[in-house]
Amino acid sequence: MKALKTLMASAAVLMATQATADVKVGMITTLSGGGAGLGIDVRDGFMLATQMAGRDDLEVVIEDDQRKPDIAVQLADKMIQSEDVDILTGIIWSNLAMAVVPSATAQGKFYLSPNAGPSALAGRGCHENYFNVAWQNDNLHEAAGAYANSAEYANSFILAPNYPAGQDALTGYKRMYEGELAGEIYTQLGQTDYAAEIAQIRASGADSVYFFLPGGMGIAFLKQYAASGVDLPVVGPAFSFDQGILQAVGDAALGVVNTSQWNKDIDNAANAAFVEAFQAEYGRLPSLYASQGYDTANLIISAMNVADVDDQDAFRAALEAADFASVRGDFEFGSNHHPIQDIYVREVIKEGDVYTNRIIGTGLENHADAYAADCSLN
Amino acid sequence: MPLALFAEQVLNGLQFGVMLFLMSAGLTLVFGVMGLINLAHGSLYMIGGFICAAVAAFTGSFLLGLGAALAGAAAAGVLVETLVIRRLYARDHLDQVLATFALILIFSEGTRWVFGSFPLFLDVPDLLSGPVSLPLGIQYPAYRLMIIVVGLLVALGLYLLITRTRLGIRIRAGESDREMIAALGVDIAWLYTIVFALGAALAGLAGALVGAIQSVQIGMGEPVLILAFVVIVIGGIGSVKGALIGAILVGMTDTLGRFLLPQFFATFMENTSATTIGSSLASMLIYILMAGVLIFKPQGLFGGAS
Repeated sequence: MKALKTLMASAAVLMATQATADVKVGMITTLSGGGAGLGIDVRDGFMLATQMAGRDDLEVVIEDDQRKPDIAVQLADKMIQSEDVDILTGIIWSNLAMAVVPSATAQGKFYLSPNAGPSALAGRGCHENYFNVAWQNDNLHEAAGAYANSAEYANSFILAPNYPAGQDALTGYKRMYEGELAGEIYTQLGQTDYAAEIAQIRASGADSVYFFLPGGMGIAFLKQYAASGVDLPVVGPAFSFDQGILQAVGDAALGVVNTSQWNKDIDNAANAAFVEAFQAEYGRLPSLYASQGYDTANLIISAMNVADVDDQDAFRAALEAADFASVRGDFEFGSNHHPIQDIYVREVIKEGDVYTNRIIGTGLENHADAYAADCSLN
Repeated sequence: MPLALFAEQVLNGLQFGVMLFLMSAGLTLVFGVMGLINLAHGSLYMIGGFICAAVAAFTGSFLLGLGAALAGAAAAGVLVETLVIRRLYARDHLDQVLATFALILIFSEGTRWVFGSFPLFLDVPDLLSGPVSLPLGIQYPAYRLMIIVVGLLVALGLYLLITRTRLGIRIRAGESDREMIAALGVDIAWLYTIVFALGAALAGLAGALVGAIQSVQIGMGEPVLILAFVVIVIGGIGSVKGALIGAILVGMTDTLGRFLLPQFFATFMENTSATTIGSSLASMLIYILMAGVLIFKPQGLFGGAS
């Protein structure tokens, strides 16, 4: 009888060691429709990292959320219930993240965000299994506010779309900016004509303009602004100046200052290898979204090296350690699992025929988000 | 408030309205003559933008791009009409909505397949870049003035086409009684194809003109399509004159609302909430306008009794 017990115990131990098998990642991202460029970059960056690491014990399932919250929720349910993934990642938009992340983490899955960082998930709604590898939504805007102070702007005109991330953007800017506001406008989400706003900027007597208009909205604004003859300096977050968008804006973007946690000229070995491999693999320059996907994959791989994903506490500790070579250089997580990182100030330049950015300074050093204090994780 | 700022906003409203007119003229003609709800009209707008951007990048000439956009959108219109739309005239509106919605998806993914997922570059021609000085000290972008002029010329051209030509007579006849003109020996299938191609070309023209100051990207047509439907409902379905008046009404209401409402609320409330409330109300304003028009004129401003 005793022999049988020992046998069973050793069998159990054997089975447990065999179970250090594969990690399955479910990626839900936007691959069709208006915002597809962002999801494609995150996916390509992520897959490049797994390819370069040559891990055959990392399986990735990729699905397209079409930028619709209901579809993202369906896909997450499918991945959790029938695909039995260990880790979810990939979502670009904050409203989709809010629909998926809380229920995924409550079901005991890890979620690593390669982009969206809504304030609700950084503060009171933080979760031990939720990690943000990009930024908290306010971060780049805060850096822009800090830049405006150092550039001695004293009368900014600020505008953003009227939706939660837009309100976060202006809040973030105002949190750091010390000057007066010449005007504050909320535009419609998806608006493409900014003639009325530009006329108000012209009449306002502002000395600078700050705008958060992601995607096509930013392209439209910059072209119309350049044609209007208003020549106040413009500052924006990297979202309107990433590699995918700049080529469509053209000369209108040249010289514009924008804030980002990453750029292709950050001087470290990991970044140089990433930029070179990305261009070789896909034939285009990487964007900041691609860098975020790449870092997310490398974070997962670094945790796989030291812990088994089935041992959640050990795997979580390995993720928290963030022991990987980030393309941003120094990278660590704060107590709420959001990055503490430098945010740079960049300028749009033209290299040959290609529009891109170069770093001209640091906006905020070792910056953590404003919501960490509300998070109960410690 | 300075008079120059107000005058500039009126010009902006007019320009937005004229752009909406180019979009809704085709939509209202197709609905009026064929009784067809065409959700894929926004896709033809997108095709115009993409063709113009591609040809302008290849040849370096915006004008050639514009011509190609017109021709390409018209060709796409003919293709769609003969292959798909023609089978839908006898069906009810729900079938038409379903089929043309499928066309939106096909065109969007087809465009991605050909041009990739990233927005294309299209800029205004050098001749029209930068502002011009108008009376009252207004600085106004030359390109936007050109859009106003082109739009008004198209309106005049459509008016002459419909009132003064044989084709126009047939179009009007088709609107009032399509069985009768078929019985009189007019080749109705051919007439439908021409009207559809004309509407498509106008949408393509709008897409190309607007693409240069906005962004040429997949899905650019759908937001405009929604506004175009508002315009034709306000103007009266099938009426080109109604589309012109409705478009300018919507353009003015939207532009001036966005500009004036936050200022109005700021006179008696704190600035941040005035901006938020003002912007939210401004985005509802054209729908409130539409509801108001429908209460007093259920057929729209220039719609005939059905």
